[in-house]
Amino acid sequence: MNVTQLSAFVSNKPGHLQKVLKVLADRGINIITLTIAETSDFGILRMIVNDPDKGYEALKEQSITCSTTDVLALEIDDTPGSLFKALDAFAAMDLNIEYMYAFTQKRNDKAVMIFRFEDIEKAKEALEGKGYNIVRKIDIIGEKR
Amino acid sequence: MFNREIESMAGNKMKELQLERLKWSIRHAYDNVPFYKKKYDESGFHPDQFKSLDDMRRIPFFTKQDMRDNYPYGLFAVPLSKVVRVHSSSGTTGNATVVGYTKNDIEVFSEVVARSLASYGVTDEDILQNAYGYGLFTGGLGLHYGAEKLGALTVPISGGNTPRQIMLIKDFGSTVLCSTPSYALNIADFIEVNMPDFDISSTKLRLGVFGAEPWTEAMRSEIERRLKIDAYDIYGLSEIIGPGVSSECSEKSGLHVFEDHFYVEIIDPETGEILPEGSKGEIVYTSLTKEAFPGIRYRSRDITRLYHDSCKCGRTLVKMERVTGRSDDMLIIRGVNVFPSQIESVLMEIEGTEPHYQIIVDKKGSMDDIEVMVEVNEKLFSDEIKVLNNLSKSITDKFRSSLGISAKITLVEPQSIPRSEGKAVRVVDKRK
Repeated sequence: MNVTQLSAFVSNKPGHLQKVLKVLADRGINIITLTIAETSDFGILRMIVNDPDKGYEALKEQSITCSTTDVLALEIDDTPGSLFKALDAFAAMDLNIEYMYAFTQKRNDKAVMIFRFEDIEKAKEALEGKGYNIVRKIDIIGEKR
Repeated sequence: MFNREIESMAGNKMKELQLERLKWSIRHAYDNVPFYKKKYDESGFHPDQFKSLDDMRRIPFFTKQDMRDNYPYGLFAVPLSKVVRVHSSSGTTGNATVVGYTKNDIEVFSEVVARSLASYGVTDEDILQNAYGYGLFTGGLGLHYGAEKLGALTVPISGGNTPRQIMLIKDFGSTVLCSTPSYALNIADFIEVNMPDFDISSTKLRLGVFGAEPWTEAMRSEIERRLKIDAYDIYGLSEIIGPGVSSECSEKSGLHVFEDHFYVEIIDPETGEILPEGSKGEIVYTSLTKEAFPGIRYRSRDITRLYHDSCKCGRTLVKMERVTGRSDDMLIIRGVNVFPSQIESVLMEIEGTEPHYQIIVDKKGSMDDIEVMVEVNEKLFSDEIKVLNNLSKSITDKFRSSLGISAKITLVEPQSIPRSEGKAVRVVDKRK
């Protein structure tokens, strides 16, 4: 199963990001990695968290605009040229990466990249037979209690 | 004075002239426009009952909504073959208002603008640079025809292209500038920022004619100081004719109404009762000579006061104070009339939104600046920047195409727009 990303709309003003983080903190939700895409007026906070469903509910309750999206989490070697090579697979299939960011920690001694595609299944097909390990949701959030 | 006989006519003689013309105008509307006939029949008023100016109170009002309901030609009182020009206000289809002019109406329009220009001291020796927009808006062509009637050399440059405006002021030796007051300040800003070595007093520019949006004494002082000119107010509304309904004179204190063509009353906007001279209220207009588009008791929604003060300029015409506000929620942004309801209908067209929004009108430098804050709900939201940017862009484009204004769209968090009693505060006008 694909990794779920939690995204939130945040005004580009002092204190607004913190408000979102507090809601998650109060519910005991841990952020594994995050990235922010910003414009002059607002930003989109994108996070991989340990419980995206609970995070989504918590933000919604506080009237914070948010959504969940499937993203591709891919293990690559932590060596020069590895990311370059991985992108080759997508380019060959003419797949556009909407955006991407990295895990802050290594997994199994490898780097983890998060990719957002228009069609995630096509991206997975592109990687087939090339020896890549795609990180599953269960690998990140564990078995649902 | 351009027309001394009229402009300095004794008060009682003017009243006689008005009564005679009112009788004609009311009859003309009733006989030729089904809207007026129906409305008057229903209210029990008949033009035969109109015998003195006191009878005005018996005549029903006419509103902007009536114009929209009869879009486009429903209120014309002559066949289209007699109409030689139309002007129209901004607005989404069906919201726009259309007015028509016969050859005589254009003649009257030119006359009142020529009188206005003459009252500021413009003569046939002047070179008049007309930076009002030419087009459906009454300002451009209205000033143009009036200036030609006066005999001034008229430069029809239209609005925008500030470097070119300044080039023509220099090269053509323009002595008079006509534009919205905020555009005049925009020219001053441009010179200050981009042409530090240029001295405006090295040109022949001496006088400015400004209107189409509300402005203050403070703005007048600023324009006069920065452009080194005398600045005068011209007032009008397309529903009645366009600019030239009233104008300031050399005294720069109040605007003389051209009463031989426009009858004015001040009413209480709540009750519709006529208020005595000197009271502040909503000004109501009746056209006295218009053929194509008569307007009988048009509720302008503009708030002002009427008075006589034996003006030093020698005109006996009644004066109105500079318009200070509106009795409805209409905004005037860079000379364009916009109602919050029009903004709402634009936002409603955007798929999946019943957004909470707030319109903030402010001055950015000297130009009006409009910002529309739209709360991003879950339906609008995306984790991709390009989707949200496209949303802003499509709202901006819709504003431009259907309202004719360029607005900055700012996407904001839900619940971030202040609400009073649960309802969002729709318009914040910081210019006031």
